[in-house]
Amino acid sequence: MDWSWIPGNGAQIWQLTYENAYLGIIPALIGLVISIPLGILAARWRWFYPPVLAVVNVIYAIPALALFIALIPTFGLTDTNVIVALTLYSMCVITPNVVAGLRAVPASVRQAATAMGYGTLRRLLAVELPLAVPVIIAGLRVAVVSAISLASVGQLIGVSQLGYLFIDGEQRAFPTEVYVGLVLVIALAIACDLVLVGIRRALTPWAVRS
Amino acid sequence: MSFFSWAWDWITQARNWHGSDSIPQQIVAHLGYSALPLVIAAVIAVPLGVALGHRSSGATGRGATAIVNLANASRAIPTLGLLVLLVVVLGFSPLTWLLPLVVLAIPPILVNAYEGVAGVDRDVRDAARGAGMTTWQQIVRVEVPIALPLILVGLRTAAIFVVATATIAAYIGLGGLGRFIIDGLASSQYGPVAGGALLVVILAVLVLLLFAVLSRLLVPAGLRRQERSE
Repeated sequence: MDWSWIPGNGAQIWQLTYENAYLGIIPALIGLVISIPLGILAARWRWFYPPVLAVVNVIYAIPALALFIALIPTFGLTDTNVIVALTLYSMCVITPNVVAGLRAVPASVRQAATAMGYGTLRRLLAVELPLAVPVIIAGLRVAVVSAISLASVGQLIGVSQLGYLFIDGEQRAFPTEVYVGLVLVIALAIACDLVLVGIRRALTPWAVRS
Repeated sequence: MSFFSWAWDWITQARNWHGSDSIPQQIVAHLGYSALPLVIAAVIAVPLGVALGHRSSGATGRGATAIVNLANASRAIPTLGLLVLLVVVLGFSPLTWLLPLVVLAIPPILVNAYEGVAGVDRDVRDAARGAGMTTWQQIVRVEVPIALPLILVGLRTAAIFVVATATIAAYIGLGGLGRFIIDGLASSQYGPVAGGALLVVILAVLVLLLFAVLSRLLVPAGLRRQERSE
């Protein structure tokens, strides 16, 4: 371990960390925005969920490197390529959780909302979705953590983030650089995860805390 | 040209099907590099998950949270970084690629086996005991069959993961379909890159189908309704 390398390359390390955060968080958020309406439809129409689930399972089975490559003719060797691929994975993780969260809302709660005069849309927005928040955020946590760690594979098609430290460290046979990359990817993932736990607590003040 | 036409042109060239490092050879190599770590991980994680699940018997205590957190935390590890680190520190050897694949295949298998067995209905356990079954019989004849859909989901997740990571391991020198991708990228030839990627996708989808067939064959008919997806 060569500690002096770290301050000497601080600016570059910071830039790569920022890139990695961007390439991990943006896809998870776009994935969330797409998954919520998709999950609502799949929870509403029972026939719609099995085909959605089949597509989701197949997309999720595609290795990241292969997906990046398949997108090269359309998006080139760009950030957009990685963001689109990771958005697809995020959808695969979040959509089933939206469906599970909505389906887990007790019938009695739904009936109570209806009895209080809530229409379908208001019941969905004010009662069902808020109750599904913990399950949806559980999916979002998996999505963002996976996206941050998968983004490093993008280095193989030349899209830079912390994965650069792996490839450069390998080519120079310099373990310090690889250690720093690993620690930062994991730290970034944990930081995002903790932020989401905080958001969940803020959004569900009624939840029992142990 | 689209991805598929690039891939198709390359895959259908006769010269890619003969000699050393041909498509059939790399497919077989890829299957071998994926199967070995998967089997090792399964031998370790299935019995462990079943044993832990049996002990916790239905309750979702601190142990359950710890195991689920472990599985989530393992997603944060970038596989490329782990593979590169071992090569840089230890040099390329079977250990260098096998160890990361085994370590990363264990969490999904462990969690699903644990959750499957821990989630067995208390009434069902009591009935098995009441029918005079020993602990061993309860586990093998009641709890494992009921947990089988989830155990298979865990193995499927791990298998897909291993196939993907074995592709990336071509970067550190492992054979298999990733060779076409990494070597093609290095020499700026999109043909083998696209062809290799398409073959990897096909392999991954075949793994999915294999597990769909396995769950049809192995899961008792009465349980199929309860199959879960994740």
